[in-house]
Amino acid sequence: MSKFIKSEKKEVPQMSTSSMPDIVFMLIFFFMITTTMRQADPLVRTNVPEASQVEKLERKSLVSYIYIGPPSNKKLGNESRIQLNDSFKTLDDIPDFIMMERESRDEVDRKLITTSIKADQTVRMGIVTDVKQQLREVGAFKISYSARKTAHDE
Amino acid sequence: MQIKRKAKKKVPPINASSMADISFLLLAFFLMTTTMDVDTGIARRLPPPVPPQEDIPDIKERNILAVSINKNDWVMVNNKPMDVRMLKEEAKNFLSNPFNSPDLPEKRMDTIPALGGLYEVSKGVISLKNDRGTSYDMYIRVQDELTKAVNELRDELSKKEFGVPFTSLKEDAKIEAVKKAIPIAISEAEPEEY
Repeated sequence: MSKFIKSEKKEVPQMSTSSMPDIVFMLIFFFMITTTMRQADPLVRTNVPEASQVEKLERKSLVSYIYIGPPSNKKLGNESRIQLNDSFKTLDDIPDFIMMERESRDEVDRKLITTSIKADQTVRMGIVTDVKQQLREVGAFKISYSARKTAHDE
Repeated sequence: MQIKRKAKKKVPPINASSMADISFLLLAFFLMTTTMDVDTGIARRLPPPVPPQEDIPDIKERNILAVSINKNDWVMVNNKPMDVRMLKEEAKNFLSNPFNSPDLPEKRMDTIPALGGLYEVSKGVISLKNDRGTSYDMYIRVQDELTKAVNELRDELSKKEFGVPFTSLKEDAKIEAVKKAIPIAISEAEPEEY
């Protein structure tokens, strides 16, 4: 019996918290490296279609996005619009946009820029084809049709 | 003597207990702003623009698989309606032409050293045509099926030659060889003016 009483009296040594900042810093560095700031507030709805043969887009810093979809603000109607960066744009703005994207990258990386077309699944192909024609004109040949991975195979 | 005494004076230690708070604050910030979602998509290469006066090269009929999607999202393959789910098998059969049928594409000999010298590369081209009214969803489904056909053929070749699926290949030379042997031969028709 006396054994139990003795053990209760024993003091628990204080836990050292001095390594806590180290652990937290490690986490910070992890998140700092993996983080990518959201580039633009979505003005259009882009519920991308599903596909089974999707590939990951390598090197996110070399991807420029073109959003196509119906405006999120219902007052603006249902017709599909193009969004570049932070505002609605028209087809004619695409060459300038691509040029700006090229300017902002290193010279060595310019050839590797991928243009990701994030289009809503309800979008008609007409507008997508127009965008693709513009991209061809300006020489942005590397594109990716943004799609989600199918959850399960049929 | 006086100098020595000064040196003995203890510097009070810096209180580092707030360090944890500061780093937590930073951590919280990065946690909030981080987006872990990886962007995925079907990669394609657009063809360079064609000069208007240039003639369209003649391609034999047997080397073309004409896939068209109309504005009601109906798929036609060589002028016959087809279910999208059948498209993969059709494309695979077209691109591989396993029995060298005279209706299916010709093959040309190409030297691919990693595959042991000569390899028969199909001359087949899938011509994809869509209407302005086709839905993007359907277009992606068709692209997906066609990509699946190419990927499965690549897998088969890779397994036969190197014993592993295409996605598990590590050496660039092998990957390039398989890509060269089975190219993504999808050509999109120039959009028509209405």
